[in-house]
Amino acid sequence: MIELAGVSKTFASRSGAVRALDDVSLTVERGQIYGVIGRSGAGKSTLIRTVNMLEAPDSGTITVDGVDMTSLGEEELRVARQRIGMVFQHFNLLNSRTVRGNVEFALEVYGVAKAERARRSAEILELVGLTEKADARIAELSGGQKQRVGIARALAGNPSVLLSDEATSALDPDTTEEILGLLRSLRDELGLTILLITHEMDVVKSLCDAAALMRDGRVVEHGLLTDLVMRPESELSDGLFPLGELPEGRDTTVIEITFVGLASQEPVITRLARTHELDVSLLGAAIETLGGKQTGRTRLELPGSPAAITAAVEDLRAQGLSVRVVREAS
Amino acid sequence: MIDETDPEFWPTLWANVGEATLETLYQVSVTMLLTALIGLAVGVLLVVTDRGGMLEAPFGSRAFGRGLNWVLQVVVNLGRSIPFIILMIALIPFTRWIVGTAFSVTAAIVPLAIAAIPFFARIVEIALREVPAGLMEAGSSIGATKWQLVSKVLIPEAGPALVLGLTTTAVSVVNFSAIVGVIGGGGLGDLAIRYGHQRYSTPYIIVVVVVLVVIVTLIQAAGNRMAMRMRGGGPARTR
Ligand SMILES: Nc1ncnc2c1ncn2[C@@H]1O[C@H](COP(=O)(O)OP(=O)(O)OP(=O)(O)O)[C@@H](O)[C@H]1O
Ligand SMILES: [Mg+2]
Repeated sequence: MIELAGVSKTFASRSGAVRALDDVSLTVERGQIYGVIGRSGAGKSTLIRTVNMLEAPDSGTITVDGVDMTSLGEEELRVARQRIGMVFQHFNLLNSRTVRGNVEFALEVYGVAKAERARRSAEILELVGLTEKADARIAELSGGQKQRVGIARALAGNPSVLLSDEATSALDPDTTEEILGLLRSLRDELGLTILLITHEMDVVKSLCDAAALMRDGRVVEHGLLTDLVMRPESELSDGLFPLGELPEGRDTTVIEITFVGLASQEPVITRLARTHELDVSLLGAAIETLGGKQTGRTRLELPGSPAAITAAVEDLRAQGLSVRVVREAS
Repeated sequence: MIDETDPEFWPTLWANVGEATLETLYQVSVTMLLTALIGLAVGVLLVVTDRGGMLEAPFGSRAFGRGLNWVLQVVVNLGRSIPFIILMIALIPFTRWIVGTAFSVTAAIVPLAIAAIPFFARIVEIALREVPAGLMEAGSSIGATKWQLVSKVLIPEAGPALVLGLTTTAVSVVNFSAIVGVIGGGGLGDLAIRYGHQRYSTPYIIVVVVVLVVIVTLIQAAGNRMAMRMRGGGPARTR
């Protein structure tokens, strides 16, 4: 649905050239919610802005719904943008208009006739739960309501793709949850493909099917969350399962096992104890619902001879479990 | 010297003041109409042809955009730096060429508008620059044309500031319109000079001052009110 291939972008600034995007390739499937996470300045906003060509890349191609965005002329680009909604961290709403007026603004741009505008805007406001506030001014709204208006405006063109640049970063946790819920239901009901930028792992965790981690303009890791968690060395999965620091001052081996489906967890620990006669102790565990599946990670401390531990780890891996040796006893 | 005890003095004064007030209002209204339209256009052009503006390269030519912006900046600066009284005199041949005479109520509109347009254009420029770039970006993301960005985002979002700027300009134009009285431009200034100054009639001066104060106060109050409503201080506009 969205495909970026070898996209690069360099900005000239007073302190020299900044390579905001460095050969970025990324694919978002239809109906997916895809999160891009990274530190400030990693290039996340630049990335999402290239998708609708608010920022033209220096090189690379961007395909949205089969259309090569980089090849479009000004007029064709305007038409293509109507099918790509965008929501912003600071909402960017027109204060000169009411809630309804902001939705109608988009409809006016699309050349929708007056009567049809009234009908469509009412329909969209209903969808985002703002029917009561239709005639309110923007200044009278809470942050969460403002973002609903932003989403309503983005939906006005019946988009197939929704881009969200930190849409919840200016909101409190409860409101964030509300807006994320709205995005999820829009994906489910309208089949939207959503590409979102965030710096909060919780957003990725609760909403996304797939994610990419950006650093210094590069995508350093990407994939489905359910796949990422099974990759032992994945930084993204560390963020998904915050197990804290390792215990200090003990010379023991520590491993982490990631399970999809919690039923498999118990037998593993039992097996380690029985088959390998290891006196396992549980250091920590986290359970998350990722991409609709219950997923857990357990951190275990394994006392015992290096040979026994190696055998145990190999045995676990042979069963198709994701095992990562976090620390080895010396 | 006029005889202020003459029973005809006050009726004549009111008739004169009434006529002069209408002349001033006519002058100011036509001037403001021209100023609002042309000043707004020039102000918008100043912003959009600037570097990074949406029209920095009209017809694909960056040089043309630069040139246009430069010319507009120079013209606006020039118009604002020349004292009105000098501008008014310097424009006499031009006014005569346009209106046919340089000294009439209508003729005075020419120097008034030429002084007010750059003044307002600069205010427009400042007001438009205050509109957050994010709003324009949101408009672009929707697929708005440049014209739609200007007419549906830039100008309406700067609305309250534009109205207050127009109010300030109108107050200045009322001032200037009194000055054109010096060269026979009619209106309240003319009246104050002919009766108050040349014939030493204090009542004329006082009445003219009071009328001017009332006009300025009304303009300012109307402007403030309108800006306030646009900001959402008043009841939401029903569509
Ligand atoms: N228009 C621009 N001109 C110059 N440099 C820019 C421009 N836009 C972005 N940059 C630079 O490109 C880099 C990436 O910026 P970007 O806004 O994409 O980061 P980000 O990941 O979105 O950060 P944040 O989380 O703070 O929003 C930064 O170093 C930034 O300074
Ligand atoms: Mg950003």
